[in-house]
Amino acid sequence: MRRIIQYVLYDILRTRFMLLYTALLFISTLAMFQLDNDPSKVVMSLLNIVLMVIPLVGIVFTTIHFYNSYEFIELMLAQPVDRKVIFLGEYIAVACSLSIAFLLGCGLPILLYGATPAAITLLCCGTVLTLVFVSLAFLAAVLTRDKAKAIGVALLFWFYFSLIYDGFLLWFVYAFSDYPLEKVTLALIALNPVDLARVIMLLQLDISALMGYTGAFYKSFFGSHTGILLSTTLLAVWIALPCYLSLHIFSKKDL
Amino acid sequence: MISIKNVRKTFGKLTVLDGIDLTLTAGRSYALVGPNGSGKTTLIKSILGMVLPSAGDIYFDGTSIARHWQYREKIGYMPQIGRYPENMTIGQIVDMMKNIRTGAHTPDEELIEKFKLAGMYSKRMHTLSGGTRQKVSAALAFLFRPPVLILDEPTAGLDPVSVEVLKEKILAEKENGKLVIVTSHILSDLDELTTDLVYLFEGRIHFNDTIAALKADTQEPRLGRAVATMIRQKQLQEPVQH
Repeated sequence: MRRIIQYVLYDILRTRFMLLYTALLFISTLAMFQLDNDPSKVVMSLLNIVLMVIPLVGIVFTTIHFYNSYEFIELMLAQPVDRKVIFLGEYIAVACSLSIAFLLGCGLPILLYGATPAAITLLCCGTVLTLVFVSLAFLAAVLTRDKAKAIGVALLFWFYFSLIYDGFLLWFVYAFSDYPLEKVTLALIALNPVDLARVIMLLQLDISALMGYTGAFYKSFFGSHTGILLSTTLLAVWIALPCYLSLHIFSKKDL
Repeated sequence: MISIKNVRKTFGKLTVLDGIDLTLTAGRSYALVGPNGSGKTTLIKSILGMVLPSAGDIYFDGTSIARHWQYREKIGYMPQIGRYPENMTIGQIVDMMKNIRTGAHTPDEELIEKFKLAGMYSKRMHTLSGGTRQKVSAALAFLFRPPVLILDEPTAGLDPVSVEVLKEKILAEKENGKLVIVTSHILSDLDELTTDLVYLFEGRIHFNDTIAALKADTQEPRLGRAVATMIRQKQLQEPVQH
């Protein structure tokens, strides 16, 4: 396992994409801190990056990487190596490098300009979202044989969770506003990892009113601690479930 | 050593392997012959566990290979089209394989020497010609002294000198009592290299016996003609290329 991770990491580092990604995050975070003196406002702006850019980069990079390492996977399959080890090696290497890139890129400026609890929560949310979308990308990649199709499915995941789902939720709440929908909406939020991360941030920042209907709702229903605990658990499920499913599919796949 | 019991494989509606029963014993060398698309590579990939059969079982040394991977320690595989991480150099690939297959044996670097691959260790895979890739594949298949060698079209794309080097190596390993499985369309090569012939057509085995028996049956001295006669007699369409 260690050797597989080592080779995958080596392969990822050689493409220099990680360096670029880290640099980009670093520069934009730094720029935000320089433009604004209020750290909590900076965290708000960063939240947008974390909720939109991190999932997008994570899911697209992972899918492309999986298809680019097809040759490596094929080579390993003919060797005395367990399929599970190959898959988990790939997963751990990709997840670690994306998380480290994010933590370095956003974390260093935050450390420089003062690490507030909200900023730390933001870093945690970003890392968890990275892991969620890496899992989803692996699922998209093992579901199809075709690279273009897999990237399409991956992008669809991103569109769905970042844009479409919220629209659907708003429409739902609006259309059925005559009924008591609190519990239903809460259940629906759990079905979207991006919303879950957003809710954690909202509870932390205490600005739920600014962030639309879903946030306000969650805040009123849960005390902060239960809310954070529950949404963290749900996010863990969002990481583990697609990962487990794709591992299962991968170990039965013809290559 | 390897026994294949009633293996079927379907890809959607397409049946690629249709009830294959085959026993491969150590010390013999098998020629796997059949027209394009007859299921040769799928059969090989099933033995390697890269393709999972829809039904049936494959046993290696008496244990089923389903959900196992340790048995691949004993197999050297040379794929038909060697696909390698394009950005790695030959040297890195060889090192990586040594790293991953840490067997007790000292690696067999005879082919690396004879193909003069050591001088090209710093070349990246994407700069290599098809023939050089084949040499890398061949060298890797023999590197860990495996008791089973599975060679999918080993001589395709190699220059005449390298073909002879590879054939000598295969013969030497066969003399060492290894199980060798070779697929090829060049029947004159197989005539030299193998003792048994397995003829696959549309996912079924239509012939499985020694080459000497085939030649005696058809009264043809050369394997190419013997196979052609056998195909005509059994009325299997699509003649083999030779």
